Amino acid sequence: MTAVLLIESVMKFAIALFSAAHAPSSRRALLFAQAALAGGHEIVRLFFYQDGVYNASGSVVTPQDEQDLPKQWRNFVTEHQLDGVVCIAAALRRGVLNEEEAQRYQRETVAVGAPWELSGLGQLHDAVQDADRLICFGGA
Amino acid sequence: MAKSLLIISRQAPWSGPNAREALDIVLAGGAFDLPIGLLFLDDGVFQLANEQNAKALQQKDLSANLQALPMFGVEDLFVCGESAATRGLDPENLSLEEAQVLTAQEITALIDRYDQVITL
Repeated sequence: MTAVLLIESVMKFAIALFSAAHAPSSRRALLFAQAALAGGHEIVRLFFYQDGVYNASGSVVTPQDEQDLPKQWRNFVTEHQLDGVVCIAAALRRGVLNEEEAQRYQRETVAVGAPWELSGLGQLHDAVQDADRLICFGGA
Repeated sequence: MAKSLLIISRQAPWSGPNAREALDIVLAGGAFDLPIGLLFLDDGVFQLANEQNAKALQQKDLSANLQALPMFGVEDLFVCGESAATRGLDPENLSLEEAQVLTAQEITALIDRYDQVITL
């Protein structure tokens, strides 16, 4: 009975990702997100925290015979016009800066741009409040 | 009513930024007046060890931030007694007095009480 209800009702998911782009858990997060949308569910926000910020980096170069996860994330978020938020403090600490932050801190390298937005942890709490379920990938 | 969130902090304080970043989620939640809890589990209990010397590692001390949690509106603090005991720490003599010492069974019930959980 419960299973039937789950299938029929639309869920609002928030997805938090904590692992780097080369980690299997990051790949699982993308597959889950794709399956959620394919199943007719809603993703209220993707929030990349800790090493998860590397998934938004345009500076990652993947060997040709491997999956280019940052590129796949970028395409997925763009195609579905999702709200993709990268934690600004975690990103600064790891050198994943957008143009605005690179200018602010006088750094030469810009690693992240559209469709990603750099913002604070309040966006994670906001997503937790908004979603029916928070699904985490790549935590300890 | 706001959804409650439990952060389970499982990393030692000096193994990388994980412990600090778990704490940052808690502090942000406290700043927004959200119902938020923090459980120290496994190596996370090392964050509550007494007489840590962060300066020797040229790091910032995390324990001062932990002491300030109740001031930031985060009062639901818990520690796994078994995790502490198996790591040679006395569960009754940790640096965060406000943290309630829980058994494995109580932790199961605790996780069940929260709407959402993040383990870092």
